[in-house]
Order: sequence, then structure tokens, then C-alpha cells
Amino acid sequence: MKHIEKKQSKISRRKLLASGAGAAALTALPMPWVARATADTGPIKVGFPTPLTGLFATEARDQVRAAELAVMEFNEAGGLDGRPVELLVRDDKLDPGEGATRALELIENDNVHFIVGVLSAAVQLAVNNITRERGVIYVSISQSDKISEASDHSRFTFREAVNPTMQTGALVRHAIPRYGTRVAALVSDYAYGHENLAALQKWAEPVGMELLADIRHPFGAADYSPFFPQIQALRPDILYLCNFGGDLVNSIKQARDFGVMDQMKVIVPTLLYTSRVAGGAEDFEGVVGCTPYYWQLEETVESAKRFNDMFKAEYDGRYPSDYGAMGYSGVRVLLDCVREAGTTDTDTVIEALRAHRYDNYKGPQYFRDCDHQSVQSVVVVESKVEEAHPADVFNIIDVEAPNEDHLRSCEELGHA
Amino acid sequence: MGISFELLALQFATGLALGSIFVLVGLGLSLIFGMLHVVNFAHGSFFLVGAYVGVYLYSLTGNFWLSLVGVPIWVGIIGMVVERVLIRPLYGRHIDYTLILTFGLSWIMLETIRIMFGFEGIPFRPPAELRGAVDIGVGFMPRYRLFLIVLTLVIILALWLFLEKTSYGLIIRAGARDPEILGVLGFNIRRIWLLVFGMGTAMAGIAGYLAGPIQEVRPEMGIPVLAQAFVVTVVGGMGSLVGSVVAGFLVGVVVAMTAIFVPHMAQVSMFVVMAVVLLLRPQGLFGRKGALG
Repeated sequence: MKHIEKKQSKISRRKLLASGAGAAALTALPMPWVARATADTGPIKVGFPTPLTGLFATEARDQVRAAELAVMEFNEAGGLDGRPVELLVRDDKLDPGEGATRALELIENDNVHFIVGVLSAAVQLAVNNITRERGVIYVSISQSDKISEASDHSRFTFREAVNPTMQTGALVRHAIPRYGTRVAALVSDYAYGHENLAALQKWAEPVGMELLADIRHPFGAADYSPFFPQIQALRPDILYLCNFGGDLVNSIKQARDFGVMDQMKVIVPTLLYTSRVAGGAEDFEGVVGCTPYYWQLEETVESAKRFNDMFKAEYDGRYPSDYGAMGYSGVRVLLDCVREAGTTDTDTVIEALRAHRYDNYKGPQYFRDCDHQSVQSVVVVESKVEEAHPADVFNIIDVEAPNEDHLRSCEELGHA
Repeated sequence: MGISFELLALQFATGLALGSIFVLVGLGLSLIFGMLHVVNFAHGSFFLVGAYVGVYLYSLTGNFWLSLVGVPIWVGIIGMVVERVLIRPLYGRHIDYTLILTFGLSWIMLETIRIMFGFEGIPFRPPAELRGAVDIGVGFMPRYRLFLIVLTLVIILALWLFLEKTSYGLIIRAGARDPEILGVLGFNIRRIWLLVFGMGTAMAGIAGYLAGPIQEVRPEMGIPVLAQAFVVTVVGGMGSLVGSVVAGFLVGVVVAMTAIFVPHMAQVSMFVVMAVVLLLRPQGLFGRKGALG
């Protein structure tokens, strides 16, 4: 975090020189929106950019549902000394430029106190650029390893989501001893895929894995058939399939057609609930993957049961999805810390978040000191065939407990 | 990694299957352009509607084959309504008018599907008899993809017979050459255009339905299809049906072969093909010069 402090002291110094006045350089920084936001006594405003339109609209809508639940909970408990929370949902259209613009508008026009949200890694980095520049707390609920690195981190940035290092790590630790060491990777050719591939390479050696090939497919490809014959020719034990949403459904369906499932085990770093529902039981049969959350955790985790019940009661019996659940936890953890701090003051809330130990929906979690990554459990699930009801899509086969050793070290990330 | 003959041959067959969908969407687009001089930007949305109509019919009948017959009929009817109500008033104006109209229409169709069927994808699988893979001598190929190639060839043959061997086909071909003379001879050219637009959209619809078991049936599935259909028609030559068939299969095979050697360039390769064709033969492989004029 050293470089951030350095940067700020530089700005302060410039300001000092310019004004010629020595006193209170920090408060004199040109950040009127922060001043307005902390001084007011009206509702506490939380900006929530998410891709309401575009490829991940299904997940984004579930994020909003869950986030609104956290807001409702906070307000029903009396808010912060009577001050209610208002959630300002904005469509980032899955586009970094849109995301940055929405974040800027939220801060400058709507005077939000905090920002939570975003689904795509690239949009998240764009939003983070804005929030750290403006000194606004941002709780990200999007998967990315990049954002933890010293170059993108700031003291205002908190990441509630799991990340590729954690999920791919948990997956190979589970899969390699069970299904074999020879692995072929078919990976989506964008940030999410690249980060997971890096994680796969990082964890390969400790588990004795042999990576036969890493084949990259274009993001949003409709047809994966050109990739399967060559993968089958390699005769791997495992196909590590890393893509997301519609890409995952398409590639799984086509892998099934090509008989890939009969020849090797297919493992997926993020096996989304919504994708599995859209893809159907037959095609996903036997696919193993990781998820930050699956509702069935309620059998062993009390907070999961509480969250599910609340979600179902509010939304006509609907079960929360994995990404939706992160929307809840992202807003909830922030609001809990606001209440703990007794103020919306940025620095006080940051300290509260850093010290916070919580269990909102999936067991114990906390933010690691150096990069504010939420250390949390990762759930390994297998797609099931016999469904008791439409939401009954996975069996939980493993839960990896929170463990800092499963993250990249602070040194690796450049936090001295 | 050694590249064996078997792998290349299998990849070639995979490319043909991939190309089948390209051929069907390209043919529909080309048919409409060649006869009506309408650049149908809603083509991807008719593809989408085909998939959803198919899934809906399937949910009613539980029969893949009945739906296969029903989809082109229903999508063709929707296409004809669009032609009659929206496109017909614009005949005689510059080509941009229908282009903008169909562009807007494509988004309305997409949103309508979202409102009616939701944002989530819908599971859809090949019929039981077409699941699994069969040994084609060089390796295992999914049954459904083989079926796709065969069915596409059948549709091409049927279309060819219709256009070349029936009196209706003769009138349509004459109408494409010189609509005015045809009018003078007492034929109702508008009715012919209506029929042609219906046929073109029906082909897009059937392509969407056939793509359903391979892809996820979701509201956004038609978006990349429009670009692919345009690549096929531009490579083949705007308005040339033979061109669409050749270019569709060609593009499919190029994408599949590229995937072996530079996988992440597979999708881009079709645009490279298009760029090369445009540089060497701007009118396309089988196109006439000045087709857009």
C-alpha cells in the first residue's frame, strides 16, 4: 500500500504549495462530493452498477434482488440512527466505459456514500479506477485476481467475491487426486480465462498436474466443435473448461455431443447455478466445479439457511443464485460496518471493514489486511441428474474452508 | 502436438457441420437480397424467433420432427406479415430505408422474446435418436451434426428444385431479373416478393431451430448470426445462392481448421476470409458487379 500513500502525499504537497497555506492540506483537497456526502444527514446512498442488460443479465438481476434484501434488512432494523439506506442501481451494460461513467455519475451527481457491485472483471477495474481516485469505498462482487495486485489496489477497495486463484485452486486440489493428472484446458480468451489459466499453472505443480494443452476460444463463441477433436486426440484425464454464462452452456452441450464426457472428467472453475439451470440436467451430468455459494449449504451453515429463507420469502420461493448471494453479502458487510462505525465517514468505515469478522451467508469471512480480499470458503459441487425441484441442481461434494494459504501471498501481489 | 490425418479429416467434417448453419442463414439473407434488394438486418432475429418458436412447439408436441416442420411455417408467416406491413411501403426508396427499418425491428424482436420468454436460457437437446456420436472412419462425430449436414443438403436441393424446376420458381427468377416486365405480363410481383421474404425468413428460422440443440437457446443467440450471415453472403456474392452455399461451407471449414493451429483466431478467421475475398474479388466469389447499386 506504500505507493498509494506516496501518491496522496504528493497531491497534498502540490496543494500545499499552490495555496501557500500550511494548514489542513487533506481536508482542502478538491473533493466536494466527499464533503457533501459525509456532512449530510439524509438517506445513506449506495451506488450499485451491474450489467442489467447484456449476456449476464440473469445473474445481474439476481444480484439486485439480493442487494435489495440487505438494504431492506438494514432499514427495518432502524437504519443508522434512523437514516435509511437507498440503493441506486445502474446498468453498466457489461462495458468498462459505461461502468466508469455510471460510477462517476453516482459519485458526482447522486452523491453516493459507497459503491458496491459489478459483475465483469474488466468493468470492475474501471469502476475501481474511479472510486479510488475519488476516495470512495468500493466493495467489489466480481471475480478477479488483477484487482488484488498492488497496481490496482487502494485502501478504498474491498473484494467480497471469491477469485480465480481460490476457485481454480480448490478445484484442482479436489480433482487431481480423484480423476487423474493429465489435464487439457479450454479457456475463454479474455481476462477471466487468462486469470484462471494463470491460477491453474500456479497450482499445477503442488498437486502434480500435467497440463497437456491450453486452448483458448473466443469470448462469446457459439460453436466449440472445432476444439473438441484435438482435445480428444490428447487423451487427457480431465478437461478444465473455463468460461462463463452462455459460453459455458454452449460448450458443455457440445462437449456432450462429441462424447467428451464419456472420455474424461469435465471440471469448471465457476460452475454457475444459472448456467446449470439453463443448460439442463442431462448435458451437465457429472460436471464438477466450484462456486462461491450454493443454497444447499444451508444443511450445514446456519447463516445460509437464514439467507435462503429470507430470499425465498421475499421473492416467491425463488432460490438465490451464487452471484446473487454475493450481491447480498457485498451490501450487507458494508452496511454492518457502517452501523458498527456509527457514521458514513470513509476512513472510519474502512477501519471497521478491516477489523470486521463476519458470517453473512456462507460461514466465516474476513478481509485480508494487505489486499482487502475476503478470505472465505469455496464450495465444490457436482451437477446432479435427479432433481427434487428445479433449483435442486448440484450435490455439494467438498467445502474448502477459508485459508489465506489458498490466496496468492501479499508479496506475490506486490504489497510490500 | 502431432496433427494426424484423422484429426484433419474429422476437423473438416466438423467444419462442414458448422458451415451448415452458415449456409442456411446465408441462403435466406441472400435470397431476400437477390430478389427484393432488401438488406435484412433482422435476419439474426428471425433466427432467434425460429429457435424460440421451435422450443415452444416442442413443449406443446414433445416431438422434435413435428416442430421441425412447424418452425419454417410459423416463422415464414411472421416474415410475410413483416413484409406486408412494414417493408412493402418502402419499396422504390433507397436501400437504406429497409436497412434501418430491419435494424430497428431486430431489437424489437429481441426485446419481445425477452418479455415473452425471460432473460434466462432454455434447455433444449437433440432428439433421443440423434444423440451420441458415431464412428465415421476417421473418428467419432456427433450424430446430430451429421444430421445437420444431411438436412442442409436436402434443403439446398429442395430450394434448387423449387427455383429451377417449378413454374413458381421461374416466375421468381424472372422477377429478380426484371420485375417491371413481369408486371406487364400480368403477374403480381408484390405477391412474389411476399413469398420470397417469407421463404428467406423461414430459412433463418429453421437454422435457429437447428442450432438450438447445439447452442443455448437464449435471447442473445441471434446477435452473432447476423454478422456470420453477412460474411457468408459477402464472400459468396450478394444475392448469389450458389455463392451462399459454397461460402457457408467454406467459412465453416476455415474456422474449424484455424481452430487446430491458432485456436484463439478461429472466430476471426472468417473475417480474414472476407477481407481477402473483398480485396481480390470485391463482388464476391459468385456475385455480380454493382449488385448494391
